[in-house]
This record gives sequence, C-alpha cells and structure tokens, in this order.
Amino acid sequence: MYGRKVKLRFFFILLIITTLTLSVFLLVKSLEENVIFFKSPTEIKTLSEIDKKKIRIGGMVKKDSIIMISKEIKFIVTDFKNEINVVYSGVVPNLFAEEKGVVAEGYLKDKNFFLATKILAKHDENYMPPEVKAALEEK
Amino acid sequence: MASLIGSYSLSFGLFFSILIIFFSVKNLKDAEILDKKIITFTFIQFFFVVISFFGLIISFINSDFSNETVFNHSHTTKPLFYKISGTWGNHEGSLLLWLLVLTLFISIFLIKSNQQPKKYRIFTLLFQQIIIVGFFVFLIKTSSPFNYIFPTPNEGLGLNPILQDPALAIHPPILYLGYVGSSVIFSSALAAMVTSYVSKEWAKHIKQWVLASWVFLTLGILLGSIWAYYELGWGGFWFWDPVENVSLMPWFALTTLLHCILVLEKKKILTSWAMILSIATFALSMSGTFLVRSGILNSVHTFANDPERGLFILIFLFTLIFLSIFIFIFFHSGKEKLENNFFWLSKETSILVNNWFMMYFLSVVLIGTIYPIFLEVLTANKISVGPPFYNKLILPFLIPFLIAMAIGPNLNWVKSDFKDKFYITIFLIISFLLSALIIRQFDINFLINTILVTSAFFLFFSTSREFFVKKFRNLSQNIAHFGFSLLILSILFNNIFSNEVITNLKIGETFETEKFTINFENVEQEDEKNFKAIIGKFNVQNLDGSSDILNPELRIYNQPNIITSEADIKTNLLTDKFMTMNYVQNQEYFNIRYQVKPFMIWIWVSVILISFGGFLSFFKKKYEV
Repeated sequence: MYGRKVKLRFFFILLIITTLTLSVFLLVKSLEENVIFFKSPTEIKTLSEIDKKKIRIGGMVKKDSIIMISKEIKFIVTDFKNEINVVYSGVVPNLFAEEKGVVAEGYLKDKNFFLATKILAKHDENYMPPEVKAALEEK
Repeated sequence: MASLIGSYSLSFGLFFSILIIFFSVKNLKDAEILDKKIITFTFIQFFFVVISFFGLIISFINSDFSNETVFNHSHTTKPLFYKISGTWGNHEGSLLLWLLVLTLFISIFLIKSNQQPKKYRIFTLLFQQIIIVGFFVFLIKTSSPFNYIFPTPNEGLGLNPILQDPALAIHPPILYLGYVGSSVIFSSALAAMVTSYVSKEWAKHIKQWVLASWVFLTLGILLGSIWAYYELGWGGFWFWDPVENVSLMPWFALTTLLHCILVLEKKKILTSWAMILSIATFALSMSGTFLVRSGILNSVHTFANDPERGLFILIFLFTLIFLSIFIFIFFHSGKEKLENNFFWLSKETSILVNNWFMMYFLSVVLIGTIYPIFLEVLTANKISVGPPFYNKLILPFLIPFLIAMAIGPNLNWVKSDFKDKFYITIFLIISFLLSALIIRQFDINFLINTILVTSAFFLFFSTSREFFVKKFRNLSQNIAHFGFSLLILSILFNNIFSNEVITNLKIGETFETEKFTINFENVEQEDEKNFKAIIGKFNVQNLDGSSDILNPELRIYNQPNIITSEADIKTNLLTDKFMTMNYVQNQEYFNIRYQVKPFMIWIWVSVILISFGGFLSFFKKKYEV
C-alpha cells in the first residue's frame, strides 16, 4: 500500500518522538528526585513537617560552638534569629571556621538537629554563598 | 607607566576595529581580491592588544599598585611566576586574554585562508570584528584592567592562594584557546551562510579550526580537573559543579560538530545541523564566561563577582544569538541533494547516532545546570542538583553509546553491512565474562555495573584490534576512541575500587581499619616566603606489610590570610594514595582524609590520548590519502 520509503520515514519519526518523550520524562522525574533544597535555620523552624529528603542548610558558624572529637564534629549554625545543631563526620574545608559562612548538606532529624553528610568548600574568603548572604541580609 | 601604555593601546586597538570594518565593507563592493590594508590593520590591532597585555604583565611584575587590578590581585612577596600568572587569574586580565586570543586567531585565520573565496573571508572578518568590538567595549567600559588608584597603596591584597598553582596558571589560557577558537568557527559559519559557501571545501577548511579548538578545550578541562583533584582535596576529579559543567557543554557541542564536519566533508549533507552546532558551540562558550563571571550560578567554585558585568555579557550574547538565528533563517539554504540519502546502516547513521547521544548528554548537563536558576527566579526556591542526577541520566545511555562507538567507525559510507561479525561476538562475550568476574567480587549493583563495564571493555577491545588491523589508517580517530574507552574504564574502576577513610586524629594517635592502619606521627613547621607550612607526618601500614609515608601540608598564607591544604599524593601506575589534613581553629584534632584511588593516573593519560588523537588529525594528509 505505502512505499517502503514512507514506512521507513514513519518509523523514523515514531522513533524520534518516543525517544524525546522518554528522555523528557526521565529528566523531569530525576530532577524531582535529586533536587536539593536550601533552607536557613529560621525557615527550618517554621517547617510544618520534617522531610526525609536531603537538604542544604546555611548560615554562620556560631562562636565557640565547634566541638571536635575523633569521630565527628559538632557545631551550631545560626542566622542570628534561629540556630540549629549540626553533627558531621567527614572532610572539613579549609575555610570552615567559627564566625564564617557555611553551607552543609545532609538530613534533618528534627527542628534542632541536622545530620550533615557534606560541608561545602569555598575558595575565596570574601565569597559567601548567595543563600547565606540572603539569609544574613534578612535579619 | 606600563599601565598607561596598556590603557592607550586598548583604545588604539578599538580604533583599528573601526578602520577594519570600514575597509572591509568597502572592499566587499569594489575589488576582486582582498585588500592588503585589511590584513595589515588586523595585524596592527593584534599588535596593540599584545602591547596592552604586556603592559599589564609588566605592571604585575613590577608590583605597580597604582593599578587597581594589580593592587587587588598581587603582592610583593608573591613568587615571580605567580605574579605573571596572576595577570589572567582575575576577571579583568582574563578578559584581556580573551581579546588577545580573539585578535590572534583572526590574524591566523586571514593568513591561513588565502585559498578561500574573498567574500567569505571578509564576512568572517566582519563577524569576528563584531565580537572583538564587543569585547573591547566590555573591557574599557565595565572592567578595565588599567584603572588608576591614587594615592598609590604600598602593598597589594594578594592572590587567592589556591590559584597559586602551576596547573591553574596555564589552565585559563589553554581553555580560552578552545573557547575563542569556537568564535572563529561561529564567524566562519555565519560568513559561509551569507555567501552560500557551505560546502565540502568549507568543511575541509573549517575542520582544522574545529580540531584545534577541540584539542585545546579538552586539555583545558583536563588541567582544571587535575588541579581540582590535588588542590581542592576533595579526592575526585569531577563534581558536576555548575562551573565545571559550563566547560563541559561547549565540549559536547564541539565534539558533535567535529563528527558532523567529517560527514559534511565527505558528502554535502547535514549542513543545517553543522550550522546550528557551530552557533551553539560559541553561544555555550560565551554563556560559560557569563555564568562564571555573573555570580548567578550557585557554585562552590564561584569567586567574588559583579552582576553588572554579567548583564553586559548577557545582552551581548543575546545580540549575537539573534544575529545568528536571523542569518540562519534568511540566508541558509538547506537544500541537500536527494541522491545523498543514506541507508540505515552506514557510517553516516552511526555519526548521527553519536550526534543524538551527544545532544542528549548536553541537554542533561544543560538542564541540571540552569534548572536551579529558573526555579529560583520563578518560585524563589533555592535548590542545587547533585551528582546522582547526572549519574542516573547519563550512565544508562553510555552503554549504547559505547557500543555504537565500537561498531560505527568500521561501517562504510552510504550503505554498509556488519563487518567482522565474528570478532564483534567474541569481543562481546569476552567483555561480558571479564566484567562479570570483576564485578562479582564487589558488593555493588551487579546488573548495571556489569553491563557498563562490558560495553567499555567492548570498545576497548575493538579499538585495540584496530591498531593491528588498520595500522596507520584512521590512526588519529582510533587513538581518540581508544583513549575514550580507557577513560570510561578508568573512571568506572576508580569508582568501584576506591577506598576512603575520613577521621579526626590527634598527634600520636593511630587509626585502624581492616585494610590499613594510619599512624599520625607528628607535625613540623616550615617558613616559606609567602606562607607558613605545617607538615603532617603519617605512616600508613598496609595489609601486605608495606608502608607509605605521607606528608600532607597546611599552608597559612600571609596575604591574603588564608589557610589551604596541600594533598600528598603517592602515585604509581595502579593506584593513587591520597591524603589531606585540615585544621579547625582552637581544636586539638586534625581532620584527616585518606583515599586509595586505583587507576587515577589512567584518567589523565586517557584524556591526553584523546586530545593527542585530535592533534594527530592535523597531519592526516601527510600519511593518508
């Protein structure tokens, strides 16, 4: 009925459409699963429920709050309105210090306790993550 | 003094742009041959930018702090080498370097293209001049490297210590050679469309530029990656960070273009596609500069920056993109000869398949990089997209990609049949058995890892065989593909076999795991010219009785006052042993990270092989007809 060429072209277009739909679907789905939200200590206080997903928190490391023992490091992140306790075992970046900005990635256990899996390194002492800057400016 | 000369040279350079544009337009109507004046003016313009660049370098060497850029980024105690590399280690200087390479490349283009039609050459020059003028204005208006400060400060603010590194000193220039090379491809593609010169001859001529940009871009990314590995102490070579992604995206586009040009060179098909890729590569390179410099990317690599500059680049970028879309729609005739239709199993199809996959990878990286920006603008939610996103979306598609890469190059043009069915089957079986045996030893997802390693091995064996079967035919392509298989294998094994320990130790303490024992013996202090070093002494005892002494270092720089850690890496052919040490103020404990990373060196070697393949392609005609 139809020529071989038409069939081939039809098949070809079908293939492209399927591939496109499939990749868009995959992309959107993976984005939903792998996106990490950023929250400040104040935003965490106002949460209605504790999400099990990985998040990032940011603020200043409170003065005299770092306690380092062999397995872990504990410290307090503050945005000068609210604070949150962080426990972390892992690599500490060079610019991690008290009264400096910090961004930690991990899981929220409750509204006062954050289990960090990663502390993000920064390269520039003058540089502050935009989130921290915004969080600090709001105060 | 040097600053003053540099500053004037820039203005003279801009003035010559006007001359070049004027004479080019005149030449376009009048004469049959290219006006010699245009070439001379282009050289003079290049010369002025060189003077300007040297003016800045000399200001840096002399620590002339009346120059704002020098004041912000240099210091008298800095070693000479880093005073010089500091020239392009900052925003202003790096843009001047962009401009330098832009003018250099257009000069080379004019010399090298004397076999090409006059109109095409002039149009390329004109489009390139639009970019050059844009950069001149950008430099002079928003980020002049020659701003004067009075009174002159006695001392500069110093260069960020993590940038004081040999790999990072040459990383920007090499990367820029790749980025800016894509500008020549862009201008040339626009010119070819305007003058209806999109042809096999054009493809042959522009291929050299594509290759050159591609080799530099590959090496540039490699250098950045090596630097991140040993300097940042994260123990990896790629973090899917936005700043890294913006250099990877033009690489994907350029690699696709490189393959597409090969088809265009043989047969005049896929012309529209080649045009779009040429435009996309340059647009992505420009957006890379824009995204890194504007500060809208939420990246851990971000340095302090200025949004105003970002806006200028953004407007400039959009002007260029609209111009190119306009030219593409109104000038490009997409007519391709019908008899050029090709059979489904042919080299053309396999290159198209390569193109599709590349575009898919590119879209994944693009979406992962810009989605957070859009979401923040639309919903004020701040998010980031991590490595799992990329792994999940890229790894499964790597499997057919690798297999197509192993089979594709052996197909004929137009119409083909599977050749060497015997070897294909044998290699597939061997690869599968080998991978299954290896993966079984480890407690990881068996199915996906085995299939991945199988396809990587398959490409490895297929390309290895080519070296014997084809000898020197297609050597460059084969080296590059072989390098790619080696790269994927090294990355996979590196991920699977890596061992890591992170702990906090006091001096004298010992940490034991089932595979090794780490003994923190002591620390020593040393004074260097611009930093104090605290060197840790660690003794790592392995299971087999051997031991390694590792000396990671902490450097406390005096200006600016920053602590950096220097990893100590013991490299051999099979594994890297990697240790970093960090110190948190007022604490007794040191934060220690020890990693055993197999095949690390092979990741670097394979990328060098890949770019060497591209490099070899330049000399292709000499041994191959």
